[in-house]
Amino acid sequence: MARAVPHKTKVFNTAVAGTIGFLMFFPILWILILSFKTEEDAIRAPFQVLFSSGWTMDSFATVQERSDYFKHFMNSVTISLGSTFLGLLIAIPAAWAMAFVPAKHTKDVLMWMLSTKMLPPVGVLVPIYLIFRDLGLLDTRVGLVFVLMMMNLPIIIWMLYTYFREIPGEILEAARMDGASLREEVLYVLTPMAVPGIASTVLLNIILSWNEAFWTLNLTAAKAAPLTAFIASYSSPEGLFYAKLSAASIMAIAPILIMGWFSQKQLVRGLTFGAVK
Amino acid sequence: MNLRGALCAATALVSVAATAAMSEEITIATVNNADMIVMQKLAPQWEEATGNTINWVVLEENVLRQRTTQDIATNGGSFDIIFIGAYEAPIWGANGWLTPLDDFADDADYDLEDIFQLVRNGLSADGHLYAVPLYSETSFTFYRTDLFEKAGIEAPTEQILYDPDFMEMAAKLHDPENGIYGTCQRGKAGWGENMAFIGPLANAFGARWFDMDWQPQLDSPEWNAAITYYVDLMTNYGPPGATANGHNENRALFKDGKCATWVDATSAANDVRNPNTSSVADVTDFFKAPMQVTSNGTGWFWSWALAIPASSQKIDVAKDFLKWGTSKEYFEMVGETEGWVAVPSGTRASVHDDPRLLEAAPFAATIKEAILSVDPANPTKDPVPYTGVQFVAIPEFQGIGNYVGQQIAAALAGQSSVEDALANSQQFAVREMTKAGYIK
Repeated sequence: MARAVPHKTKVFNTAVAGTIGFLMFFPILWILILSFKTEEDAIRAPFQVLFSSGWTMDSFATVQERSDYFKHFMNSVTISLGSTFLGLLIAIPAAWAMAFVPAKHTKDVLMWMLSTKMLPPVGVLVPIYLIFRDLGLLDTRVGLVFVLMMMNLPIIIWMLYTYFREIPGEILEAARMDGASLREEVLYVLTPMAVPGIASTVLLNIILSWNEAFWTLNLTAAKAAPLTAFIASYSSPEGLFYAKLSAASIMAIAPILIMGWFSQKQLVRGLTFGAVK
Repeated sequence: MNLRGALCAATALVSVAATAAMSEEITIATVNNADMIVMQKLAPQWEEATGNTINWVVLEENVLRQRTTQDIATNGGSFDIIFIGAYEAPIWGANGWLTPLDDFADDADYDLEDIFQLVRNGLSADGHLYAVPLYSETSFTFYRTDLFEKAGIEAPTEQILYDPDFMEMAAKLHDPENGIYGTCQRGKAGWGENMAFIGPLANAFGARWFDMDWQPQLDSPEWNAAITYYVDLMTNYGPPGATANGHNENRALFKDGKCATWVDATSAANDVRNPNTSSVADVTDFFKAPMQVTSNGTGWFWSWALAIPASSQKIDVAKDFLKWGTSKEYFEMVGETEGWVAVPSGTRASVHDDPRLLEAAPFAATIKEAILSVDPANPTKDPVPYTGVQFVAIPEFQGIGNYVGQQIAAALAGQSSVEDALANSQQFAVREMTKAGYIK
């Protein structure tokens, strides 16, 4: 039975939640406002920015003119989708094994995988850079797909492991008794049942890869540079580029924001999967 | 088709094929600033003339520095040309990371001697030139002629003292009720931000980073006097929240008419004097950065220059681009296409003497005089083992400069005392210099 909540508390909770939501969204809103201002207006005090005279699309036009947005966009799409699907190919069998056929040290392996995320990436930058140089992978999309897949693999495996653990093993057992092979069991029984979990893992991983700025800036130059490098090119300590930087940021985050907006139901469903038993 | 026609067609095909085979693709890593944006705009002319193509990699200054260091140090070969500053050029050159450009002196058309000696020295190490400059800058004082007139202050013709001259000036001009601050100086922490102003200020007060034995001197009475002065000046006559203000923020404040004085880069003069981008274009003039116990090192020296990493596989093509991008003809092209006021300053004597430049930017003569008065080899009152005015040309300086900048920003924000800030800075500098083996 639902607990009755007093009207005042409801109003208060709504106000608090609304305020927190607004504060979290505010940086994006501010970037959006700045992107429609001139450089001179963009650097004024906050209230002056809001009430300064003009709104203009000039920064978007300049950014389009000076940079190849489409090339960076396509690199971002390729890298984030490529690393995600390559990661899934490895993570689904790994998570299946850990969830349904656990060994003595499965928990330790999981913890070890997670611990690799605790290492600051800069700690392995030079070795990875040298390996990439020797393999000719510097400034290639293949190289970035591989390195981002490796970086996000622990998260994908952990998430999938958690979802798979919610699926009763008896169902897989029944499939096996009906003569399903291991491949069929994973592909036709397990995967369809874990679709919400897999979908949210895919979405989260795409977002992480899209926004990844350390490896994408360090391992690329001109050819494979994604949208993070596109944004970085408008940052400067000498000269006024706030409006252009804001316009570039909006252009870079717009695709992922739109994707997140349309898939938020799926994302929330997946992330809370199994939270309440 | 007769035989002659066929031969002509074959020759044409062969030459097209040969050109295509010889054309190269080079990658240039650069920062995002007005002069490089112009270069990117004009570069297709070089591409058209040579058949080569350019990939531009534009990065934020610190990211560029880290990215290129990593690539060059590991012999990555990702870049054929890099845009570096006067701090990196001698250090990286001495490390063998850059291609020497001494042969530029043999090209009479390029006329290397036309580039100011001071700038060439700043980009050289062990007698070898490692980079060629696009523009160079020092610091001088921007001031509002209208506010000076209103306050009854006469514009200085000689170098004035920080204390009491400049302080009194700022006090008279300070009018926060009407949105005018006596002075705007850099407060944002960083070796390239607040320390760019504080370094020359400390030099003026007789301070130095290290003595002749590389012992840090940050707890000396001279540093204390300089930082105490800085904190007093900014607290009493600066804008609120000055620790958030770097070059860009102060430039915007000055252009918006909020600052009566500003000691900063000569390279901002064109923008501040441009009526299309500045509300104070007609009422701004310049005088030398003030001095105190010495005039040595009171104006900084910086140059943005193009260099070729030793790891590049396309050195000849890269050299060709460098010559094109820093030639007299290039500066002429910028003047003709972008206007003479947009021509990069502080590099070539012939450009600074060009009547078209002097007509469009009468202050170019002041900039030239200010730049030529800088001596990075003799930046302090007492002798020092290093070169550099606002920086010390050793690899360890970046870390030390950033730390000291943070400590001084904390003192400016009132989070610590000047004494504590300098004591912490001294402790850090001693630790870093010991670790690097300069001192035992």
